[in-house]
Amino acid sequence: MRNLYCHYERFRRVLRTVALLSCVTLVSACHQNDASTETSRVPGGDPERGRLLTQQYQCAACHFIPNVQGANGDAGPSLEYMGRLSYIAGGIPNQPENMIRFLQNPPAVKPGTLMPALGISDEEARHMAAYMYTLR
Amino acid sequence: MSTANTAPLSELQSVLHPAGADAAIIHQFSWVLFVGGTIIFVAVMALLALAMRRGMQKDARPVRPMLWIFGGGIVFPVVVLTALLTWSTWRSVELAPQTSHQALTISVTGKMWWWEVRYRDPANGREIVSANEIVIPVGESVYLGLTASDVIHSLWVPALAGKRDMIPGRVTGLNLRADKPGVYRGQCAEYCGEQHARMAFHVIALPRPEFDAWLARQAAPGLAADTQLLQRGRAAFLEQRCQACHTIRGVTDSPENMQQQIADTSRLGPDLTHVGSRRTIGAATLDNHRGTLAGWIADPQAIKPGVFMPPSNDLDGETLRALATYLEHLK
Repeated sequence: MRNLYCHYERFRRVLRTVALLSCVTLVSACHQNDASTETSRVPGGDPERGRLLTQQYQCAACHFIPNVQGANGDAGPSLEYMGRLSYIAGGIPNQPENMIRFLQNPPAVKPGTLMPALGISDEEARHMAAYMYTLR
Repeated sequence: MSTANTAPLSELQSVLHPAGADAAIIHQFSWVLFVGGTIIFVAVMALLALAMRRGMQKDARPVRPMLWIFGGGIVFPVVVLTALLTWSTWRSVELAPQTSHQALTISVTGKMWWWEVRYRDPANGREIVSANEIVIPVGESVYLGLTASDVIHSLWVPALAGKRDMIPGRVTGLNLRADKPGVYRGQCAEYCGEQHARMAFHVIALPRPEFDAWLARQAAPGLAADTQLLQRGRAAFLEQRCQACHTIRGVTDSPENMQQQIADTSRLGPDLTHVGSRRTIGAATLDNHRGTLAGWIADPQAIKPGVFMPPSNDLDGETLRALATYLEHLK
C-alpha cells in the first residue's frame, strides 16, 4: 500500500513538472512572436502587412514560408531563415535595399532567375522585406 | 488579387447565402430542419430531466403512461412528419424543372481533378472549350450537361443549387440560375481521388451583354505573341510539347504544327487558349498570375501532388519566365 502511495506521489511530481514546462514553453513562444513583430529592419516596413502581402501574391506557390498560407511549393528555396542569411539569390548581400529591389524585379538583380517580377510596388516590397527579416 | 481572407461574401461557398431560387428553397428547408430539430431535441431533454426529478420524489403524482406513449410517441410524430411531408413536397414542386428546354446549355466534364467546360458558339455552333470556370448570364436558366471521363465526380455550387453526380458514360443534368451577378465557388462533392479537395471551380454570373462579349472573346483564337518575350514563351510551349495535353487554339492547330503531326486539340489537360482570362489555376488551387504559373509549371507535384502534369526541370529561368508571361498574356 505504501509502495503504491510512493508511486502516486512520484507520478504527481512528474505531472506537475511537465505542466510547468509546457507553460514556460508556451509563454516563451508567445513572447518570441511578439518580438518578431515589434522591430523591423526595414524603415517604413510593417512585417505583419508584409506577411499578408506575401500570402496575397501567393509566394508560397514556389517557396516554403513560415506562417504564410499556401501550397509550399518547391520551385524556389525555402524562406525559413531568410532573415539571417548573409546573401540572397545566391550572391547578393542581404541588405534591406537589395531585398526590396529583388522582390520588385528579380531578373534585374539576378539575371537568369526564374522568379518573375509581379508588379509589386515599392511600398509593398518594403513591407514584404520587413517580413522577410523576421524569418530567422 | 483575392485570397480566401478578403473574398467578398458572394465568393464564399455557402449554403447559407443563397443566390438563386432553387438554393433559396434548399436554404429554407435547411433552416426548418435546424430549428425544428433543435426545438424537439430541447423539449425531449426537458421531459427527460422532469422525469428524473419526479423519480426522486416519493410523493409525486403518477404519470399517465398511455397519454405520453400515444400522444408523444404516435400522434405527435405523425402530425409533424405529415405536415413536413406536405410542405416539402409543395415546396419541391417549385424547384426549377431539370431540363435543357429553353435554357442555355453548357457541357461540364469532371476530370481528375479539374473541370472541362464547353460552350456552343451562337455564331457558328462550334464548341468553345474552357476550364474550371462556368460563366453564365444572370437571371437566365442555364442547363449544365454533366458527365465524367474517369471516375464519378459531383458538381456542387451551394449558393445556386443542389448537387448532381457526374458519372462516366452517362449524361446527367443540372439547372442553375443566378439572381444576381457575382462569383460563386463550387467544388467536387464526391470523393474522386488524391486531389479531390483541390477540385474546385467558380461560377461567374455576368449581365447578358457582358456574357455575350465574354463568349465572343473566348471564341477567338489565342492572342498573338507580339513581343520578343512572348514569342520566346510560345516557342517554349511548343518545344516542351505542352500541346501533347493542352490546346491553344491558333497555336497548336496552326498549319505548320499540323504538318509536324503535333496533336491539335488534345483534351488531356485544360484548354489554355484563354488561360490568362481565368481567375485561378489548378482548379481554383492558386490565383492566376505569372508567378503562380511559373511555380506550377516548375513543379505541379509540389503544389497538387498526384496531378497528371509532370514537373518541368529542363527549362532555364528566363525561358520559364517567358512561358509564364506568355500564358498570363493569353487573356
